[in-house]
Parts: sequence; structure tokens; C-alpha cells
Amino acid sequence: MKDIKQDGPPRTEPIQSATFTQSINAEIRRAAATGIYDIRGGGAKRKVPHFDDLLFLGASMSRYPLEGYREKCETSVTLGTRFAANPIELDTPITIAGMSFGALSGPAKEALGRGATLAGTSTTTGDGGMTPEERGHSNKLVYQYLPSRYGMNPDDLRKADAIEVVVGQGAKPGGGGMLLGQKISDRVAEMRNLPKGIDQRSPCRHPDWTGPDDLEIKILELREITAWKVPIYIKVGGARPYFDTTLAVKAGADVVVLDGMQGGTAATQDVFIEHVGQPILACIREAVRALQDLGMHREVQLIVSGGVRTGADVAKCMALGADAVAIGTAALIALGDNDPRWEDEYQKLGTTAGAYDDWHEGQDPAGITTQDPELMSRFDPIEGGRRLNNYLKVMTLEAQTIARACGKNHLHNLEPEDLCALTMEAAAMAKIPLAGTDWYPGKPGSSY
Amino acid sequence: MQTIDLEAEGLRHLNATLHAQSQETNQTAWEVINPRGSHAIACGLDAPIEVAVKGSTGYYCAGMNKQATVRVHGSAGPGVAENMMSGMVVIDGDASQYAGATGHGGTLVIKGNASSRCGISMKGIDIVVHGNVGHMSAFMAQSGNLVVCGDAGDALGDSIYEARLFVRGSVKSLGADCIEKEMRPEHLEILADLLEKGDCDAKPEEFKRYGSARKLYNFNIDNAY
Repeated sequence: MKDIKQDGPPRTEPIQSATFTQSINAEIRRAAATGIYDIRGGGAKRKVPHFDDLLFLGASMSRYPLEGYREKCETSVTLGTRFAANPIELDTPITIAGMSFGALSGPAKEALGRGATLAGTSTTTGDGGMTPEERGHSNKLVYQYLPSRYGMNPDDLRKADAIEVVVGQGAKPGGGGMLLGQKISDRVAEMRNLPKGIDQRSPCRHPDWTGPDDLEIKILELREITAWKVPIYIKVGGARPYFDTTLAVKAGADVVVLDGMQGGTAATQDVFIEHVGQPILACIREAVRALQDLGMHREVQLIVSGGVRTGADVAKCMALGADAVAIGTAALIALGDNDPRWEDEYQKLGTTAGAYDDWHEGQDPAGITTQDPELMSRFDPIEGGRRLNNYLKVMTLEAQTIARACGKNHLHNLEPEDLCALTMEAAAMAKIPLAGTDWYPGKPGSSY
Repeated sequence: MQTIDLEAEGLRHLNATLHAQSQETNQTAWEVINPRGSHAIACGLDAPIEVAVKGSTGYYCAGMNKQATVRVHGSAGPGVAENMMSGMVVIDGDASQYAGATGHGGTLVIKGNASSRCGISMKGIDIVVHGNVGHMSAFMAQSGNLVVCGDAGDALGDSIYEARLFVRGSVKSLGADCIEKEMRPEHLEILADLLEKGDCDAKPEEFKRYGSARKLYNFNIDNAY
């Protein structure tokens, strides 16, 4: 760049601080003006090492590929084979993560069920219980068992195809939740046994068990009530994946669900979302190592989530050792969340398409994260289900494309040896060799 | 009277047999012998039957109960009658932590004392404790009634919503947003009914009522600890 001639005596050019950035300064001013921390939805927005930092090697002389479109590449997965009499069989390993009726509108939940069913996969309830629409439109429905127990009852428990005991989630491992009063309609209030319009807190700890020893007994109770028929998942946030997975298996899980910090939430403090928990890339291999050390890899299935967006991400999760993935934020985008068609309205809310995250305020222009009847009426659950099915199909096809290129006739046959890492950070976290080398930081026998 | 020897026949057999009872069953009287502190005894029942457990139980006895009457002729471990929907559970002895946790309906009677977190997150259940309750009882209690004929421990009713708490003895301390409230005639009436259901001869006039100040209902940063 050419130096610019300055008039007058030489002076120092204004320099923006890399520490006190404009967005940091704006947040300081906002905090100073309001006295309250920022609450928002979604997952971590900061850049962290992620699946984009891994590449597949593909096939060449040393590996033999499968013919695209012609040779079969299986995508099915069976979840809950350890204890359950009726494991869940899915056509694709891409499942829909737990999101509550309350955080989402009834039609949005219906659309998730429709899309998941068309694609041959499962969807999941959330805090607030099971709605008849959701059960009716979901061929395979996982029922979340949460600390709040809002809407929890044994009839719905027995209608579920699996039970997911939620210990934590990636956006806020160690945190509970809050559904602000704006979204507490008559129906939401009734389902949660609370007055309309108040802010509903979801605790961070379960009310009737504390540690893994208690949880083992709690799972015994759940199995007895459901006659040992359905799989029991345990969902944890990406905190200490080796130990958390080990303890989940010890407590009797059929399936471990592991959610990294990019996983979304309906609402919590921004500081929690951005500063607590690990990226999913750093969690998968540690969870797999725990399962392998216990001799339980593939016997207890591992579902990973938190920033899964494409078929490439799915394939990378499989290669790192997961049995399935779950998507939440990506599914909402497929339904129409943050769509630029609503840009004028996002602008009125002081944001822009792609950045809208005040899901807790219930003013979603796309009619998805709201209980406002007028906004909800903008969303067509049949069209939403069609879009979600399309998206799930595309991701599955993409993952198959990659698996065939690696010579694999099932997504589960992908392996760490099919990958290389683009950065030192990703190499260290995923325990995948840096591209062009056979080394990653921390590799056994390595000095580094 | 049908008798099941839990030690000899196992938990799965016990619960499967009780779950198999229909609305119209004429086998309404059941007895469980040799419970020996086992967990998840008679959980998930959904029929108008009466189950007498002859001894003490472990965790989650009568969990998620609907319609049934379960009587424990001994003491109960943690989480007795958790998430009960309807029916009645009576504990002749003491109850451990989380008794009646998240219960949506029905009546839980504890003839002895209850440990900490009795009625935690209760959502409509009625709980009558003849003795004392431990700390953090009725934490985040949403609805229903907790009657304590003895004393209550620390932080009673912390972050309480709309549940009613009646205590005859002393309260060591009240939790956040829990206050003493006026005992009006309608409350005395409710309490009299609960005491009768709980087979308790205390007089309603001897109790004080506690409930929510409703100051935590909408998030306010000044309420944070």
C-alpha cells in the first residue's frame, strides 16, 4: 500500500485496539447503561477450531474408492442396543436435537417432526414436555427428562421411543435455563404448571438425584416404568468428555449425547455461551477414547452435536468415532430462521439476518421461536417439514459422497486415518495428523 | 391379598405384575414382602390398587404413581413418590431426601420426619409430614400444599412459586422470596381437609402459612446473589 502524504507535522495514525474492539466497547457501554448482562439464544459465535479445520484424504493408489451413485454406501444406525428391548433404528445418522415447545412454536415443533419422519430419523422434545402435535408427527420421538420436569408425566414417558436424561448442554454446561414471560402463553403456562407471563427458570440440577451413583438408580426407575423397552440416552455438555462419558456409561446409558459449545440454547447469558465449555472438535475423540477404554465403543452409541452444518461435518464426526449427530440450529435455519426474506423486520429489531439471536424475546419474524399467534401464522409446518427433509437428505448424500471417496460402504466405516488437519490446534484437539505429516501435538512417543 | 416376595421373585417381576393390573382388576390388594431397601419398588403404577410394602424401601418407591395407594410399613429412601400424578402414598416411618419431588398430584403422607428438599419443585401434589422437614424443603415449589406438623429446616420455600406451605412448629429460616402469609378462612379449610387426609390430629389454627412474595417472578438483576 502506498504511503499517503500528510499535510502538516507528522502524527500518529489512529489505531483501533485489538483488545478493546468496537464490539467489546459497545458491550461495555451497553452494560454500563443497563446494569444487566446480555441474554441471547444460539451457541458460541466466537471462532473456534472446528470441522472446517479437518480434511478428508480421499482415495488414490493406497486406498480404493467406491463408485459414486452406483456402489452402495449405507447410512443407517441403530441406537440403544445395550439394554433396550426396542432400540431406535434410523435411516440416517443425523437426528434432530432437543428443543422445547415454549422456546419454539407448536407449528415449528410439528415441522421438525414432519421433516425428521420423512428423512427417517428422530426428533427430540425439550423443556416443557411433549405436545400431541409433536408426538403425532414424529415417527421416532426422544423424550427429554430434564431438571425442571416441566410437563413430565409417566404417560408421555411411555409414549416415547427413547428417553434422554439431560445433564447438560454445550451452550451452557453447568447452567439452567430461563423462558422469559413474553413467551409464556396460556398453553405453555398450563403445560409447566406455572402462572402466565412470569419468567420460568429451569434449574441446572435434577431435583431427585445428584451424582452418577444416584443417576444409575434413577435410570433403573425409568427402565422399570417403561418396562426396559426404550433406550435411555444421557446428554452432557462438552465439559470433561472423557470422564463425563465414562460416568454416563457407568450410570447405565444406552447412548451418550455429547454437545459442544457451538450447540445452541433458547436463552442464556452470552458470557456463559462464549466462555464455558469446549468446542465439539475437542470433545469427540476423548469421548470415544472413554468408550474404547471401557470396551463399549459401538455398544454404547455416541451422538455428537454443536455446530454440525453439512454432510462433510457429519462424515468428520463419523470418522472421529461418533455413531450419529444431532442438529438444532441448522435445522432451524432449514425451517427458515434468520432468513434474509425478513431483513426489514430484523432491522427494526436492531439486528440483521444471520445475526438474530434474541429468540427469548418471542418476536421472531420467521414465526419459529415465538408464541405470538400472528408471527406463528407466518410459518407453514408442512413446508417447513419439506425443507427440513430436503436438507437432511442433502447432508446424508454429501456424507455418502465423502465416504465413497474414502472407499467406505458405510458411514460408520470412516475412521481417523481418513483425515488430516489443517491447523496445529485442530490436530491437537482431534488427534489427527497435521496435513503433510504423520504427527499431531501430544501424539504418543512424540516430544511435543 | 396377593403377596409378592421381592427377594425371591425380583424387581422386574414385581413391577411388571403391578403394571399389568387394569382399571377393572378385582385383585386390588397387594403385599410386598422382603423389600430390604430395594430401589424403584412399585414405581409407575396406574391402577386403583393398594400395595402394602412390608419393610423399608430404597430410592424412588412409588415414583410417578397414578391412582394406586402405596403404604410403606417402614421408612423410605430418597425420592419417594417423586413426580406422583394421583393416588396416595403413606410412609409409616421417615422419608429421606426429595420426598414428593416434582409431584403433580395425589397425596403423600409421611408419619415420621422427612429429610432435606421435601417437596422440591412440587407441581400440585399435597404432602403431609407428621414430623419435621429438612433444609431446602419446597424449593421452587410451583403448586400444591406442604403441611409440616413439626419444624422446618433452613431455607424453607426458597424461590417458591404458588405452592402453599403450612408449618405448625418453628421454621429455622425462610428461603429467598418466601414469606409468612395471612391464614385466611379458606386456608384453614384446605388445611383441615389435608390434616384429615393425612390422618393427623393437629388443629389448623396451630399452623402458620408461608408462600411466595412473588418478587422473583420476573427477572431482575438486583435479585441476583
